[in-house]
Amino acid sequence: MTDHLDGNVLAGALSEVFTGDVTAARARCGGCGRMSVMAEAMVYTNAPGLVARCAGCDQVLATIVDTGDRLILSLAGLTAIELRR
Amino acid sequence: MSAEPMTPVRASRPRPAWHVATVVETRRETPTAARLVLDVPTWPGSEAGSHVDLRLTAPDGYQASRSYSIASSTPAGTTAEPPAGQVVLAIDELPDGEVSPFLVREVRPGDQLELHGPLGAFFVWRPGESDRPVQLIAGGSGVVPLYAMAAAHGAADDAARFRLLYSARTPADVFFADELTALAGPAFGLDLVYTREAPDGWPDAVGRLTRETLAARTIPAAERPRVYVCGSTGFVEAVARWLQELGHAAADIHTERFGGL
Repeated sequence: MTDHLDGNVLAGALSEVFTGDVTAARARCGGCGRMSVMAEAMVYTNAPGLVARCAGCDQVLATIVDTGDRLILSLAGLTAIELRR
Repeated sequence: MSAEPMTPVRASRPRPAWHVATVVETRRETPTAARLVLDVPTWPGSEAGSHVDLRLTAPDGYQASRSYSIASSTPAGTTAEPPAGQVVLAIDELPDGEVSPFLVREVRPGDQLELHGPLGAFFVWRPGESDRPVQLIAGGSGVVPLYAMAAAHGAADDAARFRLLYSARTPADVFFADELTALAGPAFGLDLVYTREAPDGWPDAVGRLTRETLAARTIPAAERPRVYVCGSTGFVEAVARWLQELGHAAADIHTERFGGL
């Protein structure tokens, strides 16, 4: 049984942080160097928050925890995000 | 310098925001799903394939939020059908779900819901963006954003050829059955695969979608279609793997997974 969704589901939470939609942006994994669209990341929602992992190497790319009055975002597993103007 | 010019649609994409929606109409879509027509006066319009996060708040303040694809679209600058300010959702009930049973069984006209959207710039189709053919592949309720694309394609009289391969359990489980049948024609091909039960006299075998059926009922890789796949995680991953084995480039395959939580 697969229990993950994908990066499309990050759109709502990330729209509170970025001015444009980031799910269609390409990003580089800090683990394996793979460049891929954020929407293609594997996203686990059965944690306290959202955990996005690289579809290539399983590295944790990003975590988002929404506590109601705060949003705690980590992008520590990414080395770059390509934002198109 | 980028080789591809920015499209006006991209530049004018509305910012996501929270909206209050009022339920106008609920109707049974399939034995397990409901269609909700929502009036959202502040809605800025949305591209075909985008979604909303829908938030419910319990009397004790507990909140639960889930993503749902929008079955309608209202691209900027086109005649809107359904009218601007209206959002259509089609929601399948997950037996152990926290949000979907309420939306499918309990919601009544006049009820208010909180929506965050429109969301998602990846799993969308934009009229006039490309004249390459488009292959849509749906598993179950994954047809909802793909129906929005097919309807937008029909409304825009777009030149790109469309084809939808739709895997459903039984004829009664087909979402937007009448609408899809009405769209079918030279510019939109509709292929159904039934996994449990087919209509009387159905010529094909009943059972899960196979790589052979996928190959036979979709636009071949040689024609370089843009492919959109939406369904459960298992469905999407099997189909995406088969598509690459059949010669489709990974970059041409757009995927969206939904799941049971």
